[in-house]
Amino acid sequence: MTSRFVLKRDYYAGGLMLLLGTGAAVMGSGYRFGTLARMGPGFLPVVLGVVLAFLGILIAGTALASSEPDDKRFLPDNPQWFGWLCILGGPVLFIILGTFGGMIPAIFACVFVCALGDKSATLKSSAILAAGVTVFGVLLFHYLLNVPFPLLRGVNL
Amino acid sequence: MIETALQDLWYGFGVALEPHNLMYCFLGVLVGNLVGVLPGMGPVATISILLPLTFGMPPVPAILMLSGVYYGAQYGGAICSILLNLPCHPPHAVTCLDGFPLTQQGKGGTALGITIVAAFIGASFGITEMIFLAPFLVSVALKFGPAEVCSLMLVGLLAGSTLARGSPLKGIAMTVLGLLIGIVGTDIETGEARFTFGITELYDGVEIIALALGMFGIAEFMNSINNTEAVDMKYAKVGIADMFPSRADLKLAFWPMIRGTFIGSLCALIPGTGPTIASFVSYATEKKISKTPERFGRGAIEGVACPEASTHSSVQGDFIPTMSLGIPGDTVMALLLGALIIHGIVPGPQLISQHADIFWGLIASFWIGNILLVILNVPMIGVWVKLLSIPYRYLYPSALFFVCIGVYAANNDMFQVGETLAIGVAGYVLLRLDFHPAPILLGFVLGPRFEENFRRSLLISRGDLMTFIERPISAFFLSICVLLIVAQIYVWLRKPKFIEEERSIETQLPAAPYSELTG
Repeated sequence: MTSRFVLKRDYYAGGLMLLLGTGAAVMGSGYRFGTLARMGPGFLPVVLGVVLAFLGILIAGTALASSEPDDKRFLPDNPQWFGWLCILGGPVLFIILGTFGGMIPAIFACVFVCALGDKSATLKSSAILAAGVTVFGVLLFHYLLNVPFPLLRGVNL
Repeated sequence: MIETALQDLWYGFGVALEPHNLMYCFLGVLVGNLVGVLPGMGPVATISILLPLTFGMPPVPAILMLSGVYYGAQYGGAICSILLNLPCHPPHAVTCLDGFPLTQQGKGGTALGITIVAAFIGASFGITEMIFLAPFLVSVALKFGPAEVCSLMLVGLLAGSTLARGSPLKGIAMTVLGLLIGIVGTDIETGEARFTFGITELYDGVEIIALALGMFGIAEFMNSINNTEAVDMKYAKVGIADMFPSRADLKLAFWPMIRGTFIGSLCALIPGTGPTIASFVSYATEKKISKTPERFGRGAIEGVACPEASTHSSVQGDFIPTMSLGIPGDTVMALLLGALIIHGIVPGPQLISQHADIFWGLIASFWIGNILLVILNVPMIGVWVKLLSIPYRYLYPSALFFVCIGVYAANNDMFQVGETLAIGVAGYVLLRLDFHPAPILLGFVLGPRFEENFRRSLLISRGDLMTFIERPISAFFLSICVLLIVAQIYVWLRKPKFIEEERSIETQLPAAPYSELTG
């Protein structure tokens, strides 16, 4: 019986939905609710928020009721903190360098950093891949598709 | 009626064979076939990346191309399953069970050949089904008022979230979350900004491309990084000469193909049951009625032919509810519906009459596209097999760049890239909590139209909720909803045998390093 109260992933799942639903309902109640015949902008957000919160309770409740053990954890067995950092870091660099530098540095930095996230990647292999993708990306998006994105800001190429 | 359908089809061929449209159709199936072969890439992410690039095009070639990616990917996905035992595309996961043993026995080429035959038969039937069924559905749907549309959407949303794999409760929760995300932005009727947190960029709502690429791009890469095994290319050697199945093989595969096609076309009509479920159901059926069930799993040619035929017939049939009713059955269809809306086309029963060029051109392009795919796959099989060996560590950084620039190109706005990142992280958290992201997109796309019709129907009935029950068609749809919920509760409480059997097939599958949930 004690295992029933060991934290299962579904408790977190239900809790998250409860939180999101309540949040949506509370925020939605700030908008005019209206009547059924003349619904205000707040009607659906509140209703959906309440439904989502209710579903959250049900999810956690069914996890409590079922005796099946849940041996999976929230974090995977081998968390890839560095890999995740690289995957998220690449696009962040794309935003920063794209805004201030231009297309070429943005593509290169994005692919380079993302590629470093793989276990077997080296600085050299990542740089070669990044250079290749940059050439391809510039040809495709700048010259062929004319995406409005300067190659290098401040330099007229 | 048959005569007008054939006349319209003739007109459709005229549209699809225009050089410009033909070129984009070819481009679509080529890209689709490519991402189908590449492990770890899926049609959802690809269509989202291509979508912004179609903004400058007329709608017809845009839709032809994006649809081509979807059915083209199905041809490529089978190669990956059969030669590498990698179920990287859910609709083809079942094909691994018999396809890979055939490869180990040196009959991989035959399996691929049978797959192409099965694919073509399945697709042809699915397209024919669409030609005749869609206009009929439209003639019914034109009688719908807002109350009926509302109830129908409810059926679509509920079926989409409960019939897919995973816990139905969580599926419904994801649909509701999708509906809530659809609310973000300016309210159409009152102009009030909702859930925008004061961020100006969110006044136009969440960008569909950002949502799709966050959930199916970034979250997906976070899930599979350093999680993939090196691809074993030991058996993956196939030449054109091996591809032609012998007469005996064809004879063995013929009836399974027909049965698979039939099951697939049925599954296409039930909202929420896409190609993945069709392939599982048809494999289970075939195994059950076979005189030699022990051969399944050890390289039975029927075990390849049947699920492949049903997948392809279901993929083509999937377009029926989307194009005729405006109710998408799965993620890809939700995305295509979003593409239609972006191109200024109102989805729904009026689409066929108002945009006959899109509808009939699309159907004609299916035929052309499928023929192109057969041509592409037989002589070029060596190229596709080569592509299989591209390691994931080169693929995902390039894909991430495409995600970034695709989202940027949608509005030329860096904010969207950040939005995609945030959605990606949230998507990964949801993925780890066993939530499947597919229903979110469904709810998101249908949300605004649901709200509009819901408000309108209650305005007409002066706030009387009984309107949904008093109108017979609407009551019919609502009773289907009740039926769906009752069936789910029954399955949860009693765990019937046929569900267990399907689960047991699922457990036999090789573990998939990629969780792309396109099915």
